[in-house]
Amino acid sequence: MSGAHQDALLQVQDLRKSYGAIKAVGGVSFEVRPGEIFGVIGPNGSGKTTMFNSVLGQIRPDAGRILLKGREITGLSPRALNQRGVGRTFQTLQVFGKMSVRDNLIVAAQEHRGSMFSRMFAPGESNLGAKADALIDQFRIRHVAHKRAGELSYGQQKLVDIAMAFMSEPDLVLLDEPCAGVNPSLVGGLSTLLKELNRSRGGSFVVIEHNMDFVMDLCHRVMVMVEGEVMAIGTPDEIRANKQVLDAYLGN
Amino acid sequence: MTDFLQLLFSGAATGSVYALAALGFTLLWQASGTINFAQGEFVMLPAFIMLAGLSAGLPLPLAFVATCGVAVVVLGWAFKRGIADPLFKFGMMPIVVATIGLSIAMRNGVRAGFSAEAHPFPGLFGERLFTLGGVTFTAADVGTLAVALVLVLGTQAFLQRTVTGRAMQAVAQNTESATVLGINVPRMIFYTFAINALLACATALLVTPVYLAKFDMGESLGTKAFFAAIIGGFNNSRGALLGGVIVGVAENLAAAYISPAYKDAVALVLFMVVILFKPQGLLGFKEVRKV
Amino acid sequence: MKHLSKLGAVAFLVLLLVAPTMLKSYGVYLFTYWLIYVIATMGLNLTVGYAGQKSLGHAAFFGIGAYTVAILMQHGFSFWLGLPAAVLLCFGVGLALGFPALRVQAIYLAFATLGFTTAVWLFIRNEEWLTGGTFGINNIGRPTLFGQALDGALPYYYFVLAVAIVMAALLWGLLRSPWGKAFQALRDNPIRAESLGVHIQAYTLLAFAIGAAYAGVAGALFASLVQFIEPAPFTVAASIMMYLMVVVGGPGYFFGPVVGSAVGVLLPEWLRFAQAWYMFVFGAAIVVLMLWLPDGLLSIPERLRAKRLAREASAARAAAAAALTPNITQGAQ
Repeated sequence: MSGAHQDALLQVQDLRKSYGAIKAVGGVSFEVRPGEIFGVIGPNGSGKTTMFNSVLGQIRPDAGRILLKGREITGLSPRALNQRGVGRTFQTLQVFGKMSVRDNLIVAAQEHRGSMFSRMFAPGESNLGAKADALIDQFRIRHVAHKRAGELSYGQQKLVDIAMAFMSEPDLVLLDEPCAGVNPSLVGGLSTLLKELNRSRGGSFVVIEHNMDFVMDLCHRVMVMVEGEVMAIGTPDEIRANKQVLDAYLGN
Repeated sequence: MTDFLQLLFSGAATGSVYALAALGFTLLWQASGTINFAQGEFVMLPAFIMLAGLSAGLPLPLAFVATCGVAVVVLGWAFKRGIADPLFKFGMMPIVVATIGLSIAMRNGVRAGFSAEAHPFPGLFGERLFTLGGVTFTAADVGTLAVALVLVLGTQAFLQRTVTGRAMQAVAQNTESATVLGINVPRMIFYTFAINALLACATALLVTPVYLAKFDMGESLGTKAFFAAIIGGFNNSRGALLGGVIVGVAENLAAAYISPAYKDAVALVLFMVVILFKPQGLLGFKEVRKV
Repeated sequence: MKHLSKLGAVAFLVLLLVAPTMLKSYGVYLFTYWLIYVIATMGLNLTVGYAGQKSLGHAAFFGIGAYTVAILMQHGFSFWLGLPAAVLLCFGVGLALGFPALRVQAIYLAFATLGFTTAVWLFIRNEEWLTGGTFGINNIGRPTLFGQALDGALPYYYFVLAVAIVMAALLWGLLRSPWGKAFQALRDNPIRAESLGVHIQAYTLLAFAIGAAYAGVAGALFASLVQFIEPAPFTVAASIMMYLMVVVGGPGYFFGPVVGSAVGVLLPEWLRFAQAWYMFVFGAAIVVLMLWLPDGLLSIPERLRAKRLAREASAARAAAAAALTPNITQGAQ
């Protein structure tokens, strides 16, 4: 189906993970191209989260390789991944509740470059405040920027959460169910926002989501996982027309 | 050699008392995630209640039973409902801090409200001495060791062989599953608190004749029980017994062979080594609980 | 609201500058004592309140600071050598204590730091050749500043006040700096922090070390204040007391240590006539505090505000509901 593209940003090769007798992920391979928004869908138990967590260094895979820009990142710690230019959001809200929104964003970028000491004593070109302000405006949360993150509504915290992942200008951002718990009326706005970010910043996104409309609207390509394996990869139109997928999963 | 055996035995006797206090402590942790920094004071208070009973003319057995009743209500039920239950959902530190406050309050309440002095307490076992193979044992040591052993093993048997006991274990291991199985979780947790209160009363009965009843008797006892529980294994009841005996014996040997000044250091060193290399204790297993 | 708190801060500063002139020397001594504890608990507030660590070992650093100065001065060195020596030594030992913190989870860390306090106390008590053991070290002098020995109660008070203000200003700056933000990230959400590149281990060690350094400064000042030190103020009970002071004031609130130390140091003195009952009330108050104000006394304004906002929000909801339902109530047939 897809040969190994040398210019792929993320390459996952034959990823496997089992928990005892239970095969969570069995030989998953795919690529994400630079600038692409790549969706991952599948029923519960299909192994999406395990695959995701393997890429993100939370789980050590049993077999397989993960390459970012041609360099191996399999099994690296979350911190090392951050240093290599990988960002992520979490399924449940993970903001710094007692810090202001603006400080949340500043922290989200400050540890990416330099060392602890250079940060404090030789800040140099530290324009993190300006970067934070730019994102705050892009996410349209200027009116709550000074408040403590824990005091915001769920939807607003979600936006802060997502904005934090973008502060260090990562090449690859993994979003774990960005629509979870979000008011349906706001989902469209979220999709627009992510498309805007993708266009203006040029990085690649990998999005796990259950909200089918959201995924089909947002993503350039979509991968369907069922029972730990890849059933199909293609554009939203191709996926919608794929009979196997329709039978197994989409239903409509 | 005889000296060594003597130290070993009397250390084991002292240690068995630590084990009693440590056992209740461990059970509380397992069943409800409560870390009771006031455990020493939970022994001190019954000692004074028994004293009050004695001075009111009650014979010791009756005073003991009455104290047990009061302890179950105050140190069991009231403690659980008033402090442990409301704070449980906030994690461990609020309970730790609250029980620290409780220990300060209890200690100073007794000191200000009752007496700052040390009071004698009737011994249970008399002054007899036994000699066996050249080694001398006191009746107190033998009796204490026997009673403590019976209580610890009895509690173990209760937990493992009776329906209620097994229900309590189920609650300790997995509260959600226990609820699903129809076990009355709050009541099982209350029983744990009650058992802790009873064990504390028994500890008081055994230890006060030696150390005398004083408002601060709980301090060092609480610390030792704490060390013993950690060394033996915080999530394993048998660990309390092992930890207690280890602490008691090590202290005795250290006082004799190293220096009395560093007697406290031995338990401490063991404690630090365990914390750093096997925090779940010698007999404990890795903690899966998410608090 | 901001103006009020600024005014309050100025008034407080004026109080600190002027009030001791009206007190007898014991009163001045007491205020100095309190300020020293404020410095120590500021450090603990950093470790516990801003970086989220569990440290029940602070009195040990306090003791190391005090004994460093006492021993050096006993051997003829100046206070001005003793003070930086105390800070460096405490910083180093604090780093060392941080290492177990990396390996050990939450509650076990609290236990380990308790063990550390006991170990240090035992060392101080037993190594008579160095520390004087239970006999302690006496005749500790006061520092000389610009040629003047700070022997009087009032001069030494102003010196300690100046140091306290400097330490507070440094802490203020630290909390606003990248390190301060990293500490708070570590406290609020270590998992997220790690995925954002925060070096959890390094910042944990730093939080312990800086907190310890503050206790070192406080200990140094303490030695010269009381001029005779012995092991008693550096026990596990003292460590626990310092922790309680941070908790009572409010962990993570900048002025928490000021309030907490006042409750722990000044209040018992003023209520001295009821000393034993005071401690009983203190203990009971801790329990009550945990049940009703787990975030400390300084969280009161915030909780009142949260309650007010909640009331307003539910009133707004009720009004909105009422506006939507008149048809239902009227149209019922």
